[in-house]
Amino acid sequence: MTQTPPLLRVENLHVGFTSDGRQNTAVDGVSFEVPEGKTLGLVGESGSGKSVSALSVLGLLPYPAAFHNSGRIMFDGDDIMGADTRVLQRLRGNDISMIFQEPMSSLNPLHDIEKQISEVIQLHRGLSSKAARDETCALLERVGIPDPESRLGALPHELSGGQRQRVMIAMALANRPRLLIADEPTTALDVTIQKQILDLLRDLQRENGMAILLITHDLGVVRKMADRICVMQQGQIVENDESHAIFEKPAHAYTRKLIAAEPSGAPEPLKANPPEIVSGENVKVWFPIRQGLLRRTQTHVKAVNDISLTVRRGETLGIVGESGSGKTTLGRAMIGLQRAEGSITINGTNLSGASPAARRAMRKHMQIVFQDPYGALSPRLPVADIIGEGLAIHEPELTSAVRIARVRDILEDVELDPDIAGRYPHEFSGGQRQRIAIARALVLNPEFIILDEPTSALDRSVQAQIIELLRRLQAERNLTYLFISHDLKVVRALAHRVLVMQDGVAVELGPTQQIFEAPASPYTKTLIEAAFA
Amino acid sequence: MRQVSPLNRRRWRNFKANRRGLISLWLFGILFFVTLFAEFLANDKPLLVLHDGGVYMPVFVAYPETDFGGDFATETDYRDPFVTELIEGAGGTMVWPLLRYSYDTINLDLTQPAPAPPSGDNWLGTDDQGRDVLARLIYGFRISVLFGLSLTILSSIIGVLAGAVQGYFGGWVDLGLQRFIEIWTSVPSLYLLIIIAAVIEPGFFILLGILLLFSWVSLVGVVRAEFFRARNFEYVEAARALGVGTLTIMFRHLLPNAMVATLTFMPFILNASITTLTSLDFLGFGLPPGSPSLGELLAQGKANLQAPWLGLSGFFTIAIMLSLLIFIGEAVRDAFDPRKTLA
Repeated sequence: MTQTPPLLRVENLHVGFTSDGRQNTAVDGVSFEVPEGKTLGLVGESGSGKSVSALSVLGLLPYPAAFHNSGRIMFDGDDIMGADTRVLQRLRGNDISMIFQEPMSSLNPLHDIEKQISEVIQLHRGLSSKAARDETCALLERVGIPDPESRLGALPHELSGGQRQRVMIAMALANRPRLLIADEPTTALDVTIQKQILDLLRDLQRENGMAILLITHDLGVVRKMADRICVMQQGQIVENDESHAIFEKPAHAYTRKLIAAEPSGAPEPLKANPPEIVSGENVKVWFPIRQGLLRRTQTHVKAVNDISLTVRRGETLGIVGESGSGKTTLGRAMIGLQRAEGSITINGTNLSGASPAARRAMRKHMQIVFQDPYGALSPRLPVADIIGEGLAIHEPELTSAVRIARVRDILEDVELDPDIAGRYPHEFSGGQRQRIAIARALVLNPEFIILDEPTSALDRSVQAQIIELLRRLQAERNLTYLFISHDLKVVRALAHRVLVMQDGVAVELGPTQQIFEAPASPYTKTLIEAAFA
Repeated sequence: MRQVSPLNRRRWRNFKANRRGLISLWLFGILFFVTLFAEFLANDKPLLVLHDGGVYMPVFVAYPETDFGGDFATETDYRDPFVTELIEGAGGTMVWPLLRYSYDTINLDLTQPAPAPPSGDNWLGTDDQGRDVLARLIYGFRISVLFGLSLTILSSIIGVLAGAVQGYFGGWVDLGLQRFIEIWTSVPSLYLLIIIAAVIEPGFFILLGILLLFSWVSLVGVVRAEFFRARNFEYVEAARALGVGTLTIMFRHLLPNAMVATLTFMPFILNASITTLTSLDFLGFGLPPGSPSLGELLAQGKANLQAPWLGLSGFFTIAIMLSLLIFIGEAVRDAFDPRKTLA
């Protein structure tokens, strides 16, 4: 290949972890190179060892619980594997910088922006505080923070998620690193901001000529960014090739599976003239902001502002919007978990007017599946109890034998082994947990299910399976879904109609095809461009 | 049959990994178990009397002296040489416990004025009323631990309930209860106890009740915080969406979270309870006079500095008991520490 040695060369890297006296291998003989000024994408699903490989470069793993059996890490011709802490500290933040996935927890919440950025500059370059301040301003300007002078004193929580990620990038770039390690830099961000951040990284790379090691599970991101891609699976690199080659003719079965896992297909067409199951008229959720001595309500946060919608039997209504657009609040209001104004009717019964007891009885007909499969299952109850809980309330006449039988049936229906009923949630993977959560919602045979980002926390390939499952269940049971998601690809694969929300207001409502192919509002257009560009 | 959850198995492993705590648990368990049967260990009545073909169990039944051929219709004093003579002279046998003294038995055969130093008869000497110190320690240990346990369990129940209600409902309920607790805890409880004890003569249960008035607050804070944190968890939301009732949500889904904090605190609350009882006894406002109590023994030790066995036995008993409990508490804390898993 090239005559000059690559900036970073990782050879035959092994990483293991000791836990409870046992040793687990996380990375098993990984080799890759990052040439100067180029971008290498490290792609894989969660647990494939991609982050661990990257953290090893800077010696940031929790040693001695983590250890390396073998391997060499050459940076600019020097072996930095197991190098002295002082040597590594000189590299970190100077020659090699890192940006992390979660910008909120990676910034110190107690220090203002200026302090956090100028610290890095002063530490490595020994500039005066005045010079560091000017430099900081220039950096913030460069990463696209408007009016940087006035933002210097801001604390991290005063910035939006995208701005925080920009500050993180400014910090990482402060010393003009030669290598930037970006660990899922856009995963926590909305699509439109994702696009801006990726564009920014590419511009900066072109300007400074730095190399980027990009770690992500999102094939769309690497496709846009990387010159070369390494696909990782279970601690090994299964394929390493030029970016376009990977996408055009993937050699390894796993790569093909990853690429095929992009959500696809469309929902089954509706039967003719189905009845309306759910309707909401002028639904409003306003949270009061109280201020002053008397805590008088000054103004409201209009989380959901005057939205009307209907869903027919067997139909999926997708609700899309960026974080903070009120889509989750709307979902919670539709099922009565959130107090709301306006009239919500489910299956002919008015939810807002119902007594608490009647409302509890209505719960049999409407259920919800949450985003986080780890938080949604009580960690201290076995699966049988988690799923059977609703049965015990709504069908108390069932004997425990019948109840167990129902639980086993439903487990089979969501494609899980019925024998797992006695086990606890932590023994399952994210996808399996999400299936358990779906089983819990389904066991009562509800007509209407709210799916609040049910696939967002899952890997792409698992996502595809869950979408498949949801589609099959809908067809078999004639279920009605309200599908909330920020992921437009998933929505397109599932929804019959789409409601686009922005700042609590319905921007656009229409059939899926029309929304995606001929969006009427400019906001919808931006969203779709960002997601499919 | 449901197996022990893997989480609890890991906790038990962590507990056992703390050798000191494990050994302390064993020692404390043995001591507590043995002293539960104090009547069979130290008593002024024989365990078994064989007399004239009959079998008597004086520990359980009060036999009049006339049963053994004596003169009085009152309960037999088996330590009386006359009675011994009556029974053994007639070919009967008496099986005595290890110590022939109960906590209130006065040794009338002392060769020296009380408090008498340790001897073959009174292994740790006698107190200033001629009662055997070891017997009083055995009974005193038992009553201290039982008192401490009852107080701990009762105050935990009340504390958990109060914390649960505060944390789950929040808002005005929380605000009101929280202010009440702040005022309540600023009442100087020891002085109040002394005043109450001066008005009514405190027995075991009255003392328990009075101490309970103040000790229940210790757990409220942690339980409240746990409920606060967990009430918006998605699995709690999911339970609400299923139509699960408030009480069930609180006990089934939220309480297990709070139990970790509660169990971690318990050994320390037990310690504090025992210490409170001991200090009240020491001041003379605790259990009624004559009861075997560690605090009273300490007070005697202070009043009789010429008899160091009083103070020393009291001191070592209390120190060892409290240390064992602290070590157990540390091991429990380790067992529930989620960060211990990787170590």
